[in-house]
Amino acid sequence: MLRYILSRLGQSLILLLIVSFIGFAVLTLAPGGPLSQFALSPGMTQEQIDKITEQMGLNRPLWVQYIDWFTHMITGDWGTSYRDGQPVLHVIGSHLFATLLLMGTATTLSVSIGSSIGILSAIRRGSLFDTTMTVAAMIALSIPTFWFGLIAIYIFSLNLGWLPAGNMYNIGDQSVLDYLRHLILPASVLALVDVAIWSRYMRTSTLNVIHQDFVRTARAKGLSSRRVLLKHIVGNSLVPMITLAGLQVPMVLGGALVTETVFTWPGMGRLFLDSLGYSDYPVVMGLLMASALLVLIGNLAADLLIAQIDPRVRLD
Amino acid sequence: MTSAPLTSPARRPVIQSRALRRFLSHRLALIGVIMVLSLTLACFIGPHLLPYDELHIDLRARFAPPGTGGHIFGTDPLGRDIAARLFHAGQISMAVGFAVMIIATAFGSVVGVISGYYGGRVSAVLMRIVDAFLSFPSVFLLLALAAFIQPSPVMIALIISATSWMEVARIVEAEVKSLRNQDFVQAAHMLGLSGRWIMFRELLPNAIGPIIVAASLTVARAILLEAYISFLGYGIQPPLPSWGNMLNGAQQYLASAPWLAIVPGVAITIAVTGFNFIGDGLRDAFDSRSGGR
Repeated sequence: MLRYILSRLGQSLILLLIVSFIGFAVLTLAPGGPLSQFALSPGMTQEQIDKITEQMGLNRPLWVQYIDWFTHMITGDWGTSYRDGQPVLHVIGSHLFATLLLMGTATTLSVSIGSSIGILSAIRRGSLFDTTMTVAAMIALSIPTFWFGLIAIYIFSLNLGWLPAGNMYNIGDQSVLDYLRHLILPASVLALVDVAIWSRYMRTSTLNVIHQDFVRTARAKGLSSRRVLLKHIVGNSLVPMITLAGLQVPMVLGGALVTETVFTWPGMGRLFLDSLGYSDYPVVMGLLMASALLVLIGNLAADLLIAQIDPRVRLD
Repeated sequence: MTSAPLTSPARRPVIQSRALRRFLSHRLALIGVIMVLSLTLACFIGPHLLPYDELHIDLRARFAPPGTGGHIFGTDPLGRDIAARLFHAGQISMAVGFAVMIIATAFGSVVGVISGYYGGRVSAVLMRIVDAFLSFPSVFLLLALAAFIQPSPVMIALIISATSWMEVARIVEAEVKSLRNQDFVQAAHMLGLSGRWIMFRELLPNAIGPIIVAASLTVARAILLEAYISFLGYGIQPPLPSWGNMLNGAQQYLASAPWLAIVPGVAITIAVTGFNFIGDGLRDAFDSRSGGR
């Protein structure tokens, strides 16, 4: 097991290195570059721009800049925001909770609802329910998340007045109930796509398990079909879902960004857009790296967890 | 050593008649084709049938609700006809979708076939790059790229392609790896054909099924991504309409003019659903294993 953990950890580090190349290349080589925010300021002379270039170390060879940036990054110095001079890690950290809360709630919703639909579809394969859910899942996958958010606001906030249209809490009222009320709409909107994906995968996974010998044995032993379903089928078909949960992290994170913009949710996605608007490159870069880091950690955690549960994986 | 004479390579014709038949008997796929075709026709013929063109500004007719004054889908905050804009936007959004499909599929296929054919270190490096690109949430990467470029439709198509080629690369790599040791490839080696010939004339055509499936799903994905970034203001720029940028600003008029938000969103959903249905049908058609599902 230790060997597996080490090799998996090594792979993640190599991936992180390549990810950092891509992130650095995107922001450095892009036309405009970090200086474009100064070039447009009135009264800027070429001399001043040269001076800033030198101060920021932008006249050094690219690989020197990269190594400099990378060593700072792994020691926890992600630079300071151009906008308010705060350390980037601090800025990101203060928006992390909101995003993780949104993602966590949405994932809990989608896993429980999606898995239930998937299991029911599998055991009633070919039924009206199964067919309806297949089509519904494909339509759900095709609806743009942000547009679904707008429609949800239109129906549930503007017309019915049941739920708030945005933000994370009301000023002056930050009770748990208040958070929950604000959380319901964005979390449900974000969960929609994922419910579709989970139900599809869970259906396939359940179908794979249903026909295996141990299920037949359990039935032959005379266990009730309810007991077979709950103890033997569901447990085993959930195992591959752990990998899926890891692989879904980038999608949920991307979806969170879009959802946050529609619901003015103060998370990383909102921060990312604001920082882009201000050409706040250190924060943009930091968020790009932080999101990739979250994805890598998610995949790694899923792989290690599944290796713990299913010994066959370790031998691979 | 006696061996069976080398039979002619088991190359399947590009469009297998069996696959075509299976596709045509797939009800959802046909619905998908009908959805996409009717939307395409509407977008290209529609503008000629409408009394207004998409740039005609009429400030007296601002926020006209659907069905009034000859505006079937109503008007926008500048009094422009939404139907006319919707159809023009559709031409652009779908063109971007198809451009991304071609660019991303071509690039992904080349990466995949090279990686699958050479294997070993080449494959390890290329596939780690694929993994690294997949580690970024594509919306983040796309927005970071979009913020730094001149947002013309061509550039938008290019950057969406830059975040959409990885799936195809993975699929083609796996397919080519499994084909690499088959008789017809060995035969091609013995005939002294160049690596390039074997990769692009022998291996790639045999992987065409999964490539077509991935391509149809790429169109759907590209239309969604274009809508996202244009909605956020980093994609196709006005006055050029796209389904995404028609939604930009719709949120502030949600209470007074909901049709601004509803109409383009429905168009996007129809287009994306159509391509997803087609992709699903193609997958079943090419994959004989899933035939009994």
